[in-house]
Amino acid sequence: MSAPATPPPALQELKDNLRAAPRRIFETAFRSGKPTTDRTRSTFIFSNVFLHLHSVRVHRWTLRWSTSMGLGIATTAAFLLTLITGILLMFYYKPYPEAAYQSIKDIHFVVPTGRFIRNIHRWAANVMVVTVILHMARTFYTASYRRPREFNWLIGMGLLAVTLGLSFTGYLLPWDQLAYWAITIGANIAQSPREVTDAVGITGWFDPGGMQKFLLLGSDSVGPEALIRFYLLHVMILPLALMALMSVHFWRIRKDGGLARPADADQRLGNPPGPVYPVFTEAPMKTYSLAAIVRGRTPAVGKGPENTVPSMPHLFYAELGVFMLTTLVCLALALISDAPLKELANPSVPENPAKAPWYFLGLQELVSFSAFVGGIGIPLLVLAGLGLIPYLDREETGTGEWFGGPGGRYVVRQALLVGFGASLAIEAFAIRFGWIREWYLAVPQLVVTILNPGTILAAVYGLYSVWLVKRYRSTRAGALGLFTCFLCGFLVLTAIGTYFRGPNWVFYWSPGDWPRH
Amino acid sequence: MTVMPGTPQSRLDPEPMPRRDLLGLASLWSAASALLFALLGAMRLPNAAIVAAPSKSFGVTLPESLPAGEAFVPPNRAVAIFRDSEGVYAVSTICTHLGCVVKPNAEGFECPCHGSRFKPDGAVAKGPAPLPLQWLKVKATNGGFQVDEGKTVPAGTRVKA
Repeated sequence: MSAPATPPPALQELKDNLRAAPRRIFETAFRSGKPTTDRTRSTFIFSNVFLHLHSVRVHRWTLRWSTSMGLGIATTAAFLLTLITGILLMFYYKPYPEAAYQSIKDIHFVVPTGRFIRNIHRWAANVMVVTVILHMARTFYTASYRRPREFNWLIGMGLLAVTLGLSFTGYLLPWDQLAYWAITIGANIAQSPREVTDAVGITGWFDPGGMQKFLLLGSDSVGPEALIRFYLLHVMILPLALMALMSVHFWRIRKDGGLARPADADQRLGNPPGPVYPVFTEAPMKTYSLAAIVRGRTPAVGKGPENTVPSMPHLFYAELGVFMLTTLVCLALALISDAPLKELANPSVPENPAKAPWYFLGLQELVSFSAFVGGIGIPLLVLAGLGLIPYLDREETGTGEWFGGPGGRYVVRQALLVGFGASLAIEAFAIRFGWIREWYLAVPQLVVTILNPGTILAAVYGLYSVWLVKRYRSTRAGALGLFTCFLCGFLVLTAIGTYFRGPNWVFYWSPGDWPRH
Repeated sequence: MTVMPGTPQSRLDPEPMPRRDLLGLASLWSAASALLFALLGAMRLPNAAIVAAPSKSFGVTLPESLPAGEAFVPPNRAVAIFRDSEGVYAVSTICTHLGCVVKPNAEGFECPCHGSRFKPDGAVAKGPAPLPLQWLKVKATNGGFQVDEGKTVPAGTRVKA
């Protein structure tokens, strides 16, 4: 028998623990150890709060470029860029009318890298608006909004609204001419329900428009109160709302069974290249009840090897690629083109023409027919229509396929013609012949509010899609037509507002024809 | 709650609610409604309590040479002042459509934002504006006029010098 080992002195133990501390910190942070096998990678994903928004394995269909085109990730990447650059800009920005303008000038001309950071912020915000619209179009055209993803589509609507809200509140902050007149117009759009209450004669005791404007401006006129309110919305309220909605949006993708794919995706993909491993090579460390992890119509038990690959690394590499590409695009744009800064706000002289950023010029074109219809009526109608789509289209053919569903590509092609044709025709008519007020001066405002190019265009699109529903006996066909039409209308109105409207919102073929003065 | 003897009970029938559950639910609902009221109270805060309301009245002297029907726009004011044979009147140049400042021209006013046009008396001539431009209160003072941007008067109200 050997002598009993003497316990090491406390000092020795402390020394050992100290030496082991870095290793232990790492081990406690990443409890599953280094992700070297499929199993440890799986554990790594679901024991990490950020990564666990992903499922552990991802279907091969999801990784095809044509499934999602990475548009959602690109939007996220653009948002993260605006978040980082936005926080940096806040070091210098002062939310008080003239100081705001001077601080933006400081950022632009004095602060090292200030101009570059501001350009990235501006371009990433623009990229975000583009990708969020494209992402919605992708989801729509692949019929991915259908059961069980209806609610995630609604969350997406919310994200679209918040994104546009962030853009709007953002370009007000420099307090230049664009900012001042955008606040003025925006606040008066909020007040535009008065167009209807005035016409009916009830503004005296029921004035939702006036209440909205007052809440937005915090005063009767545009001033410091309004700027601080927009600042608060831009840097706190809307980003928090966006992040909350984004987490739900991502988490639900996983809970709804990943990205939508056609029912016969497995057959179409064929056998996976290389050897197929079962999902778990060893007994799983955690067990779930089947009901908790298997989402779908049929149990996935006993179906043989799934057509899935581990999210780590396959999905992560794809996401990283899109992240890098988006960053590259934003940085390149920021180097090529500067964010605009006009003259200091002048409350007595608006710019002529006073144009909003491109993504609101379609609305500005509509607003130039009727403030209420263009600024509130049609946007609300479009949002409500979009939100209802998954609850009206309960069909199943074509889910997960581009332009899937009855009619498919044919309907989309026809709707492109109708959408472009109708919007161009009604614009051409209104530009050439004017509108009711020019023919009969005394016409009541309510008539103009109800009958104007905007409402007529919406009605034409609506009737066309109802016809499609009847023709194909399918709500999906009608939805395909309506969505395509509104996209065309948006493009046409935006293009006209951007390129063909000059001083006093008069139509000109080119800015070269604008009158000089 | 007592079950009548002889009544057939299915396991799908809802269980009668015990008194304790009722009390629990009642307290839950009162807590929820108290929170809701607190939230409504908190929402009162953003409804601006302090509103600066400076006087929008200003004095102006019209140039002697101002021709009838031509607008005189005082610097940094959204007002156009006219003088004709019947007297002096002031028209607000804030567009009734979306609040841009309209510019006087030979035929009346034009708006740079969305293309509204107005006649010299402020009536709508074209475009999206739903209402005529407002006429503002003018008071004759010693050698000049006092215009109040905060007070409107019926169209056609003129003041003799």
